[in-house]
Amino acid sequence: MEIAPESQAPPSPIPKLIEDLTLLDEVSNRTAGVSRLEMCIQCGTCGGSCPSAADMDHTPRMLFAMIRAGMRKDALMSNTPWICVSCYHCVVRCPQNVHIADVMYTLKGMAIEAKLYRDSTAPDFSQTFVDMVEEYGRSFEFGLATRHYLKHFPLRLPSMAPMGFGMLTRQRMSMTPRRIKGIDQLKTILKKAKEVEAVHE
Amino acid sequence: MSKYLLYPGCSMETSARAYYDSLKAISGPVGLELEEIEDWNCCGATEYLGISLTPAYALISRNLALAAQQNHGKRAVVAPCSACYLNLAKADYYMREQPTLATHVNQALAAGGLSYTPGSLAIRHLLDVLIYDIGLDTIKSKVVRPLTGLRVAPYLGCMVPRPDYEKRWSDHEHPVELDLLLKALGAEVIDFPLKTHCCGGHMTQIGPETAFELIRGLIVSAEAHEADIMTTVCPMCQMNLDAYQGEANRYFGSAFKMPIVFFTQLMGVAFGLDPKDLGFGLELTSARKAMSRVGVETPEPQASAPRPRKDSSLPMPKPLPTKADLAEKVEAAK
Repeated sequence: MEIAPESQAPPSPIPKLIEDLTLLDEVSNRTAGVSRLEMCIQCGTCGGSCPSAADMDHTPRMLFAMIRAGMRKDALMSNTPWICVSCYHCVVRCPQNVHIADVMYTLKGMAIEAKLYRDSTAPDFSQTFVDMVEEYGRSFEFGLATRHYLKHFPLRLPSMAPMGFGMLTRQRMSMTPRRIKGIDQLKTILKKAKEVEAVHE
Repeated sequence: MSKYLLYPGCSMETSARAYYDSLKAISGPVGLELEEIEDWNCCGATEYLGISLTPAYALISRNLALAAQQNHGKRAVVAPCSACYLNLAKADYYMREQPTLATHVNQALAAGGLSYTPGSLAIRHLLDVLIYDIGLDTIKSKVVRPLTGLRVAPYLGCMVPRPDYEKRWSDHEHPVELDLLLKALGAEVIDFPLKTHCCGGHMTQIGPETAFELIRGLIVSAEAHEADIMTTVCPMCQMNLDAYQGEANRYFGSAFKMPIVFFTQLMGVAFGLDPKDLGFGLELTSARKAMSRVGVETPEPQASAPRPRKDSSLPMPKPLPTKADLAEKVEAAK
């Protein structure tokens, strides 16, 4: 079998200064609280503290350097925010008080918007979870798990059966969702929140 | 009686039913009066935050607004779930830190006839309230069946001690609160080095291999310290370590059987309450053997019916020997 030659794409041009500032500011502005992202001194304490760094494309430190360098596509395509387990070890150890975990949430949102992610499992899981919460006002584990596994890991379903059965027989999982009374109120609030978000982005 | 508003969170009603049952059971004895926030909604876990900012914080803040409305006696909000606790505390903190976020959130809340002034509520975790408001002396005075000889690994997980906006805990990584409480119950508490390490969070759903490794590390460490049982303060931690322990065993070819129960269940046992009322038997990895060490008979978890084996099927690989198996062999050889 012949091996296709690697495509000779021209190297991407060095980003302009204006683009650098745009990305760093954009990530920072879209993060809850005062992100302090621009205060990162590249010490690497975050990556060194991370329990799931081994599975990441880039350590958080490297990712922040990429953001500062304006490498938008590479930064948003990184699996790092999706592998982040939100344990906040990096946050409490960061000598510059960067809101690292929250920056990861921001990057997830930006990657979804730009459709820049390699594996859709995690973004889909978040979206399905959010869909259910928006519909019922409460999370719905059974619906979430079955919908998610059917779509992404259908072959794993049989092996998951004992665990799922165990949760059902102990009534630790409900097969029907529960809806809050004020679901219309919640929907109105979320609709307005999305409008406010759109204006300020 | 100490009065609080309770934000139970979704999992307390389903996957962490044992936590809710045992919390209700111990509330009376320690004098904890909880009033549920009416018509609360999901806090969005870690999922909504990764989708969009203002809606995520508006979702969390509807609960704060409802609590503030219901809060005539200036009571704190108590959240027993770590993720709920962190989300509520974080929303309150970030809205104070960045007033534009508070403005946007309040614009959204106003559409539903609600509003919230950041900083107007105190948000506390259940363990914090039990230790610092109720007090260890009160808890100790209710113990009628001390957990003497039960070796417990105190497992807190991430989101209770970190990031700790209001500086409520003794330490970010090695807080002593849960240890002190378990000691007050008479248990033998191991110095568990991974007490605030991560259980994998939602990674069991989206990247199970990452989660299994974290789960394995925690259980290996607890076993190495010869813990009989691990106890947790978080529905997610309990779910990952208990329900996914079998999956992790399959993945690594290990044979861990470490029971994981909520700290409120152990409190109930020490208070002499009926294990059935404390949600024992709902765990997937049975706590029966561990609890028998303190002379308490807990219900056997309902076993799922094993599939009949076909004679033609290949033999299953033998599980790795556990420490207990090896000890038995050594005994037999003597």
